[in-house]
Amino acid sequence: MKQTSETGGEASQDPSGSASPASGRVAAWKLLAAHPVTLFSIFVLTCIVVVALAAPWIAPYGVNQTDVSRALQPPSAAHWMGTDDLGRDVMSRIIAATGTSMQIAVASVVFAFMVGVPIGILAGYVGGLVDAVLMRVVDVMFAFPVLLLALAIVAILTPGQLTTMIAIGVVFTPIFARVARASTLSVRVEPFVQVSRTMGTPGWWILLRHILPNITGPIVVQTSLSLAFAILSEAALSFLGLGIQPPYPSWGGMLFDAQGFMSQAWWMSVFPGAAIFIAVLAFNLLGDGLRDVLDPKQRTLAELRRKR
Amino acid sequence: MTPVPTSAPVLQVEDLSVSIGRTEIVRGVSFAVNRGSTLGIVGESGSGKSMSVLAATGLLDAPGASVTGLSQLHEDTRSLTLTSATARELRRVHGNSVGFVFQDPSTSLNPLLTLERQISETLETHRGMTRRAARSRALDLLESVGIPEAESRLDSYPHHLSGGQRQRVMIAIALACDPALLIADEPTTALDVTTQAQIIDLVKELQAERGTAVVWISHDLGVIGQVAEEVLVLKSGQIVEQGPTSSVMEQPKHTYTQQLLSARPTLGRHPDSADPDAEVVLEVKDLKVDFSVSATTGRKRIQAVDGVSFCVRRGQTLGIVGESGSGKSTIANVLTGLVKPTAGTAELQGADLLSVRGASGRSLRRRVAMVFQDPFSSLDSRMRVSDSIGEPLRVHRLPTGGSRDDRIRELLQLVDLPEEFASRFPHELSGGQRQRVSIARALALEPDVVILDESTSALDVSIQAHVLALLERLQIELGLTYVFIAHDLAIVQQMSHDVLVMRGGKSVEQGSASQIFLAPEQEYTKMLLAAIPPEKPAVVRR
Amino acid sequence: MRMSPRAVTRFLGMRLIHSAVVLFGVMVVTFALIQLVPGDPVRLALGTRYTQESYDALMAASGLDRPMGEQFFAYIGSAATGDLGVSFRSGQPVTVLLFERLPATLSLAGAGLLIGLLIAVPAGLWAALREGRLADGVVRITSQFGVSIPDFWMGMLLILVFSTGLGWLPSSGYIPISESPGGWLRQVTLPAITVGTVAGAILTRYVRAATLEVANMGYVRTAKSKGLAPSVVTLRHIARNALVPVLTVAGIQLATILSGVIVVEVVFAWPGLGRLVFDSVASRDYPMIQGAVLLIAVMFLLINFIVDVLYAVVDPRIRLA
Repeated sequence: MKQTSETGGEASQDPSGSASPASGRVAAWKLLAAHPVTLFSIFVLTCIVVVALAAPWIAPYGVNQTDVSRALQPPSAAHWMGTDDLGRDVMSRIIAATGTSMQIAVASVVFAFMVGVPIGILAGYVGGLVDAVLMRVVDVMFAFPVLLLALAIVAILTPGQLTTMIAIGVVFTPIFARVARASTLSVRVEPFVQVSRTMGTPGWWILLRHILPNITGPIVVQTSLSLAFAILSEAALSFLGLGIQPPYPSWGGMLFDAQGFMSQAWWMSVFPGAAIFIAVLAFNLLGDGLRDVLDPKQRTLAELRRKR
Repeated sequence: MTPVPTSAPVLQVEDLSVSIGRTEIVRGVSFAVNRGSTLGIVGESGSGKSMSVLAATGLLDAPGASVTGLSQLHEDTRSLTLTSATARELRRVHGNSVGFVFQDPSTSLNPLLTLERQISETLETHRGMTRRAARSRALDLLESVGIPEAESRLDSYPHHLSGGQRQRVMIAIALACDPALLIADEPTTALDVTTQAQIIDLVKELQAERGTAVVWISHDLGVIGQVAEEVLVLKSGQIVEQGPTSSVMEQPKHTYTQQLLSARPTLGRHPDSADPDAEVVLEVKDLKVDFSVSATTGRKRIQAVDGVSFCVRRGQTLGIVGESGSGKSTIANVLTGLVKPTAGTAELQGADLLSVRGASGRSLRRRVAMVFQDPFSSLDSRMRVSDSIGEPLRVHRLPTGGSRDDRIRELLQLVDLPEEFASRFPHELSGGQRQRVSIARALALEPDVVILDESTSALDVSIQAHVLALLERLQIELGLTYVFIAHDLAIVQQMSHDVLVMRGGKSVEQGSASQIFLAPEQEYTKMLLAAIPPEKPAVVRR
Repeated sequence: MRMSPRAVTRFLGMRLIHSAVVLFGVMVVTFALIQLVPGDPVRLALGTRYTQESYDALMAASGLDRPMGEQFFAYIGSAATGDLGVSFRSGQPVTVLLFERLPATLSLAGAGLLIGLLIAVPAGLWAALREGRLADGVVRITSQFGVSIPDFWMGMLLILVFSTGLGWLPSSGYIPISESPGGWLRQVTLPAITVGTVAGAILTRYVRAATLEVANMGYVRTAKSKGLAPSVVTLRHIARNALVPVLTVAGIQLATILSGVIVVEVVFAWPGLGRLVFDSVASRDYPMIQGAVLLIAVMFLLINFIVDVLYAVVDPRIRLA
């Protein structure tokens, strides 16, 4: 043993500085596991992914299998969620639309992430004129309501799955840029980064070793929340007839069709909407749970709660 | 005022315990405060000193806290058991019979309300005064706490005031209703030493006029020695020693009190004398730094450092001392390249330290290391201790004479940390241990000069004493050169061979430590020295 | 010593310059909209109604045959005078059509925002002051529901229950408030609840977060130490300070609320700007889309500038961003 006596003595005299953190910053997944709402949202999301992947095998009927003689049937043993005006099985269409909705959400968020995060980090880290210019561009994008800008993009291009992805992706880019910039700015002035700079550490090293690992939290949270918002946006575009085009099924499109049959067939509007709601809610709850765990400020609270 | 028998305590606390959840924070604390006298409660962070007083006065609102024991407030002919009082009864007492002053004057006033409103709302609540009557009373109060031009200050907002003035306003609020008891929770900790002395005098003066009983909570035995007749030493929620301030401080019985007293920075200690002709390692000439700041009146330039020159000799320590805003930390930031100077030169053994760039600049940067103040944020919470210490080794590809891990172990040993700490994360360490890791990281650079910017001021006194001892030992063993920046004159004297006193960006006085501390020439230096609470407790006047 | 008027003027001057810069960017984007259409926008717009004469007439009226640089300056110049071109579909001036629709949208957005604030401020304060307790959990989960519910679906559910089901309120249509305030109220109730629920859910989260931050500030402890009534502590010391940042957020969230208004207008056949954009996209009436997008963005900038003015009034510490 090497001269540990003094240090040991010091530790015992210094219960304050260490009391809460030293007793253990619990691993992120453990905190997450202790969060029933978050666990439940993960479970729901897993189910959604399974449904999306297994759609062709679990859907009881074909997507566009019409049977006019069985049109507008209320929910029954044969059609759990009823049939639409063309006699198509509502549940089968909801199941088939799950994959499309997820694909669009993931693709557009990946696009926004890949473009927005580097821009945000660059603006936050370099600062100065680069920051000023990039952030004014972001301000301009924020002046347009998300859906309006997406609508304008769809108006330029022809409506369809790819256009929807591009529209949502472009509209979400500034959100990622802003989150990445704000986190970079706050980490950049942290003393541990300053120390590293005083030691002559090159900029790229600081960026890779200190800034990137420390801004992942807020960005992961934003990704989850954006997935929720992307599903909502796709549904809204499809509802307006400018997203996924018929005959391909989409939750928003099904709701659009349902509008004409509100008084005859409530099930046409209730079930597709519920599907959107559940998927969006799951991503939002996951994002909230992740924030509790990954956001350092929130995190101390979560740890405190856990300890009680 | 109705005469109150001097023997009756204003606040009497018996066997008070506080727990949060299952953890007991305060255990069986008993004390009493008499009219017109001051009880000092002293302890390090986490000793439960604030919590016990807040619990005793019914102002504790930590979620899940439970309080047992008895606390009684005796006022004139009435008395109230605070520990069992209803929320309504407590509200009638708070601000009326018991006034509070808290630590941080920058957050304890509401930024959106005028000073008048913040004083008058207490008067309106407890005295049923009209707005106009309350305003004239607020004016009297502001004058009595020494706010200049009080009339025009009534309608200003807290951000117009300095820290010391805000604390004066807090005192005015606390004393608005002439309370029998004043709770002062670290009221001077966030203030400069000269401001601290003024606030201490103010409270004593007002107390003498009004006969208020005061409970003064502080981590600083020096301050307690100045204000309190009786003192209570708390450790981990328990009283370790209690008695008249003079006897506790002169003849402490408990070892913990003795430790606290000996760890306390006091004037008079100094390092061994050093060779006055040793080689000059760092020479700074006529350094100027201007900042452009946004203020309510528009952009203006502030001269943070204005024509400061000094030199540091090998193996010695230059102490830079000054109050907040004196520009002492700006000098540190210039020397480490965090801030660009407006003018002036800094040479490290003849090499220009200020206009360096690129790879050669990096190797020059390596030769100046810095240890920051805050032990919590100066280590990356996601990196193990070994990675933090190893970073400069990797960045500068320093020869390690063996493996990098060996070198890291060696550095840990140097700062008296066990090698197992290499694989720990910062949150698993205490404040003092983290500061040791920061020192090891600085040493990894094998620097010519180590800049210590308030490196121990965030630590409790006993930990501070250990870290200072470590720094002294390292200087002797490794021949290190320090620039030691601090606001605390006592530790600057303890560490420094030469001293630079700064105020408002300018050098007030500089010279050998013995000259500055024993025969200061400038008024400001004398004032700083006079403002330090003396080591001996003040003679208490009754 | 009230805050110096010069500081306020400076602050607002800076914000005004900022808004002008963003406005210029907005004009670039809206101008680019029509330029980016692949192929010939006039041709696309005419579709099956195409004849050479109608084509030439529309081309000349829209000025799309001129060089791009010239078009841009002409666009900025005429937009500044309130001329946004003519609608491809109806041949009427875009500005006239937009201002016909504006009152309907403003009255819906205003009513929605009002409902949103009436939900968010009390709910957010209440949850934050009972942090970690049951009430907080209920508010947090409920606001998650509100954020996650698609607004058009919410509108349809309201129609299902209150129109087709109970028959209490009409499912569509608009009566100007100037014509019949009572009639307007009947018409606006369901769409405004739809817009307001979503807006309220978003704002609740901000109010809660801001309140939590303020509730831990030193001055709240000071207020409690004065023995003030809990209602005074909450309203004068916590709520006032918490609502300053929320004000800014409410301005920025307006863009989200306007997004909601667009779809809600479609669901309830509410003849506002959203419905107009929707119809114009379907018929590829580019000048109309361009004009509507510009108008909505300008409204957003204007409201955020008003928020800045309010901010300067509420907060004596004006800092330059």
